Amino acid sequence: MDFFSQIINGLGIGSIYALVALGYSMVYGIVQLINFAHGDIIMVGAYVVFVIIVMMGLPLWLAVLGSIIFCGIAGVLIERIAYHRLLVRDAPRISLLITAIGVSIFLQNLFQLLFGSDAKSMPRMFSFSPLQLGGLQITSSTVLNILVSVIMMAGLQLMVSKMKIGKAMRATSEDAGAAKLMGINTNTTIAFTFGIGSALASAGAVLYCNTYPQIKPIMGGLLGLKAFVAAVLGGIGSIPGAMLGGYLLGVAESLTNAYISSNLTDAVVFGILIIVLLVKPAGLLGKNTREKV
Amino acid sequence: MMKKRLLAAVLAAVMLSASATGCAQGGGNTDSAAAGSAAATGETIKIGGLAPLTGNVSVYGIATNNGVKLAVDAINKNGGVLGKKIEYISYDEKGDAIEAVNAYNKLVQDDKVVALVGDVTSKPTIAVAQKAVKDGLPMITATGTAADITKAGDNIFRACFIDPFQGELMAAYAAQKLGAKTAAIIYDNGDDYSTGVADAFEAAAKEAGMTITNKEAYQSGSVDFKSQLTKIKAGNPDVVMVPVYYSDVALIAVQAKEIGLSAKLLGADGWDGVLEKIDKSNLDAVKDCYFCSQYSAESTNPDLQAFLKSYKAAYNTDANMFAVLGYDAMGMMAAAINKAGSTDSDKIVAALKGLEYKGLTGNTTFDENRNPVREAVITTIADGKYKFVENFKK
Repeated sequence: MDFFSQIINGLGIGSIYALVALGYSMVYGIVQLINFAHGDIIMVGAYVVFVIIVMMGLPLWLAVLGSIIFCGIAGVLIERIAYHRLLVRDAPRISLLITAIGVSIFLQNLFQLLFGSDAKSMPRMFSFSPLQLGGLQITSSTVLNILVSVIMMAGLQLMVSKMKIGKAMRATSEDAGAAKLMGINTNTTIAFTFGIGSALASAGAVLYCNTYPQIKPIMGGLLGLKAFVAAVLGGIGSIPGAMLGGYLLGVAESLTNAYISSNLTDAVVFGILIIVLLVKPAGLLGKNTREKV
Repeated sequence: MMKKRLLAAVLAAVMLSASATGCAQGGGNTDSAAAGSAAATGETIKIGGLAPLTGNVSVYGIATNNGVKLAVDAINKNGGVLGKKIEYISYDEKGDAIEAVNAYNKLVQDDKVVALVGDVTSKPTIAVAQKAVKDGLPMITATGTAADITKAGDNIFRACFIDPFQGELMAAYAAQKLGAKTAAIIYDNGDDYSTGVADAFEAAAKEAGMTITNKEAYQSGSVDFKSQLTKIKAGNPDVVMVPVYYSDVALIAVQAKEIGLSAKLLGADGWDGVLEKIDKSNLDAVKDCYFCSQYSAESTNPDLQAFLKSYKAAYNTDANMFAVLGYDAMGMMAAAINKAGSTDSDKIVAALKGLEYKGLTGNTTFDENRNPVREAVITTIADGKYKFVENFKK
């Protein structure tokens, strides 16, 4: 029973990795950019929730909505200000990458300046009695994390495969030049992708704050890195892959903590990444062909 | 192929950015604020002081030094020692061991101090202690917690508890006052303070006849403790010792509550400040927890209350543990000089060894390792406030 509890614990944190990994995956799928500022968007989302609930004393739903909208807009703005010119001019990918790291450091320092570098405490947000499954007890935050992440992934998958904007995204990712010729506004599509990715990150931020009620400006660093690993593990560019990677990573962490040693957690996580990439370089669900999103 | 190379570049870049942000804190200082306080007129007894007044750890140094200065004022107002006023000469060592040794040499050779109250943080204190042992100079550190400091020689004393002592104390408290039979431990294994207190607690708890059901470690910087706490819960202990700093305490307590761990949480002085890191809506997570500290602002000791008031009046900020210990350290040294009836080093050291001192932190004597023996304060949290429970002596 203890073993199953540990798996559930892992799925809980894995859900947050998965939501963040989705953003990495989508952006990579469409512009082949690993957006290192993505982890810090979670931090931004968390601080927006903090400002709305704690500093302004407004209700929770407003905080969730506000955070998602704010992050969505921030994502689009970052794309417009920092990446757009590089993308349009077809700059080398490494320039984009360095820019992304720059944006990441900028955001961390900006928020340190605004809010100070020490941790801020968050109130309890969603609280209902834990779920009892036989002898297995699942905490409310874990239930919520898993539920929200699955719904988000299903919604995203539906959007990409069924909606018009999804079709535009797929077309842009396959061949941006050809998509443009077919009358697709690739600029809007790219901006939209950044927006959606960031909005997902802010959903991750809300879940994070609910699960670990403490935020600080550098919280996005390691979280973003692990989500990135999750995305690569699952096959970057693939939506179900990002989810699978996130869950796997969470469970691996939890089981290592519980049964091997907490000293080895990161070693095991990154070890898994290395092994998977050696055996299957495109990730678990990734394809070697140029097919993204 | 391109993709893999890109990934490699990316991973490398991430590591770089992570390390770059990691060291974005702190910074140097330029001006040194060394200052002798009293004018050297007539007959005074010179006592030296060392503290980091600038630099990364200046927060501790300034508070300690302020506490010492208030003690000097109070003693001089009451007639000084041996009928003479104390002249406190302190230097800023910037938290650096080399600066501290240089300042020490100046105190001994130029200022000819008869005793030393300092240093503040462990590393420079150890460096200075090694010099002081050679000179035989009576030395007391207010806040240096590393066990090695007083091991340097038998003229080195300290006013604060060492880390392992708090672990032993809480084990005794759990066994005697809380009636605990089983205990678990969760600690940060990347932190000397945390591992020190955890190990001492474990040993003392076993000695007191308690069973340790689990001892779970986590890595510094972790936010998820559910794996460890789930294991602890399965062992069903009476108490869980959490010897970590307040930010982590808040996260651990909330998650322990969430997974339904009903054991009482215990802690050491790292808990002080936890209420600032936990939101009102989560306060029930730290209800019925007990932690020990060197003093409590809630204490009914009138001397302490008077000190807190005069400190606030003098420096326009609240006194903290460092200030209180600084005050007591100087008080102990002055009492020892009075008791010795002379400024002779050996006599002062002998007087310190046999000293019974009634200070802000309680009645202190020194053990064979020249560490203080006195009651600790046990604090709990109720209605969102720290609440003084009792003084407890192991």
